[in-house]
Amino acid sequence: MNKVAVVGYGNTKFTKNELPIETLLLESTKQVFDTTKNLSQDLIDGVIVSTNDNSKYLGAILSELAGIKPKISHTVEHLCSSGTNAVVSGFSYIASGLANTVLIVGADKIGNPGQILEWDKSRGEFNHPIYWASMFTKAHKRQFNTTDEELAIVSAKNHKQAIDNPNAYSHKPYTISEIMNSKNVTDDLRILDCSYSCSGSSSILLTSEKTAKKFTDEPIWISGIGQKTNSASFTKNELTTLSSSVIAANNAYKMAKTTPQEIDTAEIHDAFSICELMAVEDLSLTQKNTGASYVRNLFNTEDRKINPRGGLIGAGHPLGATGVAQIIEVTQQLQNKAAKRQISGPKKGLVHNMSAAATSSTVLVLES
Amino acid sequence: MNKFDAGLKKGDFITSECQYCAKIVWPPSNYCNNCFNCVTWRKVSLYGKIIEWSKKGNDIFCISEFENTIRIIGKLDTKNKTLGSGKLVKLSRCSLNGKCKFFFTLVE
Repeated sequence: MNKVAVVGYGNTKFTKNELPIETLLLESTKQVFDTTKNLSQDLIDGVIVSTNDNSKYLGAILSELAGIKPKISHTVEHLCSSGTNAVVSGFSYIASGLANTVLIVGADKIGNPGQILEWDKSRGEFNHPIYWASMFTKAHKRQFNTTDEELAIVSAKNHKQAIDNPNAYSHKPYTISEIMNSKNVTDDLRILDCSYSCSGSSSILLTSEKTAKKFTDEPIWISGIGQKTNSASFTKNELTTLSSSVIAANNAYKMAKTTPQEIDTAEIHDAFSICELMAVEDLSLTQKNTGASYVRNLFNTEDRKINPRGGLIGAGHPLGATGVAQIIEVTQQLQNKAAKRQISGPKKGLVHNMSAAATSSTVLVLES
Repeated sequence: MNKFDAGLKKGDFITSECQYCAKIVWPPSNYCNNCFNCVTWRKVSLYGKIIEWSKKGNDIFCISEFENTIRIIGKLDTKNKTLGSGKLVKLSRCSLNGKCKFFFTLVE
């Protein structure tokens, strides 16, 4: 199996703007070409678009707009984890030898249809994500005595960290008190505990070991991949554990021949505050029932280990771009190119991306 | 329209069931997700229990479980302050008019 590296990337700012999906896709693609040395269109033999947009044939459209005539081009849709799913596809093409250099471009518009899974009739009329997040929060509060303050700390930390992310949707800091007193979406969820759907695009360039150094002096290797789909229906879920994330993480650690203790930084899928508390435990970054104290300690010590770019809560959540943006952040951290967000000397990083209340999850391990 | 949707439209809450595997097939489907034989359809027991609940404005919504297998989210009509997981509910109404909707009442 060929080794696969991230060797280039591009990001747009995440905004409320309603731009055409093709415009968004091309914007971050252009940045990859602008910032990656020795890159020309003829060297790319795969173009994969990650989006929930209803537009058709976007892999071919983007290829044409960017002057690429790839062997492989297609779109991947998998709700909120479309981005990492597209990357897993690109990784597989390169690892198998079917392609050598693949461009992955994720994008969505603010009003994208990926937030509601109409098929899941078990949700009845309560099909918006705020309802499963309320159930997760309520169950966690009951089982682990989790407090509103502990939830608010997640949001305060991630909003604060997003200030140093130039592409973040929000650059406004919030106090714990402001978050706790923000508008109640439900009795168990406040508006500032929620990530926002927005418009944005993120791209990465993957290539094999034999060409990695042609494009960058600092390739970042994808050393572990774990994926798990438990169901599509939310109501089959456990409510206090992201069980698909547990399995995906264990598989990713095993493939990378590493352990959670060796992870220096992680991008966590904090669609809602409760998700970060659950994920840090389920990815074994801390022990069960210590997630809240773990995150509180990060906040109090200004340690950016978890969600250094501000997570989904701070940076925004353009669904198809999110997983790709998470990979870019970990790549920049491992290259020591994360500017004000930089943590000290990381060697290994993790990306956690999930869909539909963690009915499915993807976990990647990256190494310098 | 599949049989589940057609039932819901008439106000009936029905499920698919596999006679060969002797199990409920949920979410509703035309084929068993174990043996792929054709399913049969029947009404679900109207009595279940609350798994989890929360509130939006004046509306209480909850996950209720029926026949130890089928979980759905619906609106709970109650003013009972001692609401909690495990409380018994009755499916009082269901409908499909664009969105599917489930309504529960508390079995006091």
